[in-house]
Amino acid sequence: MLSRTADNLYWIARYMERADIAARLLEVGARISLLPSAHGYRSEWDSLLQSSGTADGFAKKYGDPVQRNLESWLFFDRDNPSSVASCITAARENGRIVRTALTSQVWDALNTAFQELRQMERKPRSELELSLLTEWVMRHAAMVRGAIDATLLRNDGYNFLNLGYYLERGDNTARMMDVKYYVLLPRIEFVGSGLDNYQWTTLLRAMGAHRAFHWAYGGEVTAAKIADFLILNPQSPRSLITCVAGMNNHLGRLAKAYGRVTRAQGKGAAMLAELETTTVEKVFDEGLHEFLSRFIGESAELGGLIHEGYLSGDVR
Amino acid sequence: MTDYFNEMYQNGAVRPPYARLEDWMKLMPAELRQMKQAEAESLFRRIGITFAVYGEGGDPDRLIPFDMFPRVFTGQEWSRLERGIKQRARALNAFLVDVYGRGEIVKAGRIPARLVYQNEAYEKAVVGFVPPKGVYSHIVGIDLVRTGPDEFFVLEDNCRTPSGVSYMLENREIMMRMFPDLFRENRIQPVDSYSERLRRTLASVAPAKCKGDPCIVILTPGHFNSAYYEHSFLADLMGVELVEGQDLFVEGEYVYMRTTEGPRRVDVIYRRIDDAFIDPLCFRPDSMLGVPGLMDVYRSGGVSICSAPGAGVADDKAVYTFVPEMVRFYLGEEPILNNVPTWQCAKADDLKYVLEHLPELVVKEVHGSGGYGMLVGPKATKDQVETFRKKIEDDPDNYIAQPTLALSTTPTFVAEGIAPRHVDLRPYCLVGEQIDLVPGGLTRVALTEGSLVVNSSQGGGVKDTWVLAE
Repeated sequence: MLSRTADNLYWIARYMERADIAARLLEVGARISLLPSAHGYRSEWDSLLQSSGTADGFAKKYGDPVQRNLESWLFFDRDNPSSVASCITAARENGRIVRTALTSQVWDALNTAFQELRQMERKPRSELELSLLTEWVMRHAAMVRGAIDATLLRNDGYNFLNLGYYLERGDNTARMMDVKYYVLLPRIEFVGSGLDNYQWTTLLRAMGAHRAFHWAYGGEVTAAKIADFLILNPQSPRSLITCVAGMNNHLGRLAKAYGRVTRAQGKGAAMLAELETTTVEKVFDEGLHEFLSRFIGESAELGGLIHEGYLSGDVR
Repeated sequence: MTDYFNEMYQNGAVRPPYARLEDWMKLMPAELRQMKQAEAESLFRRIGITFAVYGEGGDPDRLIPFDMFPRVFTGQEWSRLERGIKQRARALNAFLVDVYGRGEIVKAGRIPARLVYQNEAYEKAVVGFVPPKGVYSHIVGIDLVRTGPDEFFVLEDNCRTPSGVSYMLENREIMMRMFPDLFRENRIQPVDSYSERLRRTLASVAPAKCKGDPCIVILTPGHFNSAYYEHSFLADLMGVELVEGQDLFVEGEYVYMRTTEGPRRVDVIYRRIDDAFIDPLCFRPDSMLGVPGLMDVYRSGGVSICSAPGAGVADDKAVYTFVPEMVRFYLGEEPILNNVPTWQCAKADDLKYVLEHLPELVVKEVHGSGGYGMLVGPKATKDQVETFRKKIEDDPDNYIAQPTLALSTTPTFVAEGIAPRHVDLRPYCLVGEQIDLVPGGLTRVALTEGSLVVNSSQGGGVKDTWVLAE
């Protein structure tokens, strides 16, 4: 397929995943604001903005994190390239460019999200309840994802879409954890305190995984269990290992289909091998923050190799 | 008050092609009509078929209004039109091969040399080159208007990249989806084979160097172009790649596209960009849209470009006057379809007549399109006429004038119910190894009462166009 088409598909997936993440952040932020601890409220919002990578932009435009502004910023604001509105618009525009590579169901899902977004933008904000907004995003993200899984040919385009999804998701899991890594530091004095519990739960909620976590582990919530769940557990849909394994799967299918291996396959395999053999203890030995920073860097490198090997148009 | 030909009613009786539509029209309650209209709009929006108007700004996702009342031809009416359209398409192509070759028609004095060789659209870069199968214009859009039961006139020819065929196809899809009963009751010839026929036409003009199945692509200016939807729609229907200039490159004697598996050779390019943007080395050095070196490959027979560069000289509004001559000269036949009488402001006598009769005439720019920069005398205010008079006096060569035609009307759904509105017709004739025409076309309708301008950029709408089986 055309390299440019592959690139558009890859970005449809990245933007839809990013929109989903922005909505999850909003939901978590709003939940925190319902808790009594006022000082926690502010720092939580800060860390959520940081994990979305848009804290500076927000500060420049609005200053203090006032809830209403935060909602605008993360949902509607076109100045924020990671806002729900920006992401859905960009995903749909990428989709419009490659209409020929999508089924009508996938296009319909993308376009319906965009058309509904435009209707919402015309409504007064007072009529738009936050919980409805976030639910709306997650529903449409799931519809696009579902249309892709249910109707798209399992060809190279499907692989590029999935590479986009997994890369974005893995990167985001690592970022969310990195923003809160200090909460997960195994410091005796905090373990089990009320403060920590809600922060951990917050993290899990942001990943839509706090129930799954209890099913998988049960018992006490500990830093080691959370790190294991979000980094090393292949059952967890957003864990780093799940995302890297997903990328390896689709890179492998591309290599087979094209009869050609690129540097991306090598990098993906190395990242997966490390995650499969390491332990939570080793991660904490290296330092959680150091480990996560390294992962974010390697994930970006893998993204660069995918670009070089398939998307740039200079493939030889 | 001009008497317009109403395609449905004549002397109080329903004309045969519309016989089965009268009940449908009369029995449809207003609420159902509104519901269906809303349904049609949401269908169009969901499939993403929109039209952005150049220079108007505003909503880039604007829809062209769709009128649900179909426009109908009998098989008999159509077969005459078909013969006329194919005849004209053949003559236009013969003319193009001639004027880039020996120029017999000019030598015979049947068309002034100046009009051909000094025409802006005359492409010196392809002189002496004969494209595969001797075809320059592979998709000929011929704009027709009707003034009576058997009176059809050609308003203009489009030999480069006529657009709108996606509306012909989508209008039909949507009508079949919304009114299946109508299609059971009327025997309507299908149009959905268009994409297959287009593909066959393009494949038939693959360069001689191409062995086996030719690789066909559509070349688009990109997703900001107002017709991008159509480009992607056609690519999808034909199962070919939709490329931009940046996706193609020249190496050696061939053109390649950039794919995830490496370069892939391209044999036939259905281009939807203007000549000037095809190759920055050959035409406009500032063009970001084209492919450097493409013209060299083309001229050495490494790739086919459809329509061929230079085809525009045949659809120039000044050359238009001579198309009936082309039919006689190349085919030895009498033209089946007539031209609209046209005054060339470049000629002193014609200019004098035009300036004296401005309020009765339609005046157009020679190179204009889309209904821009045009004067419809009878509908214009005094001021508008005078402003236009100045423009013509300043640059007479740039204008032609035609009588205001009494365009036929068909019933159309309007706010007050159903009313006659003026229509035209654009069929899409395919020219390759064979010449081919699907039974149908795009009917454009001027939705404003009394208006004769059907262009979508000027508030025109579209209708499904039926050709009944005999």
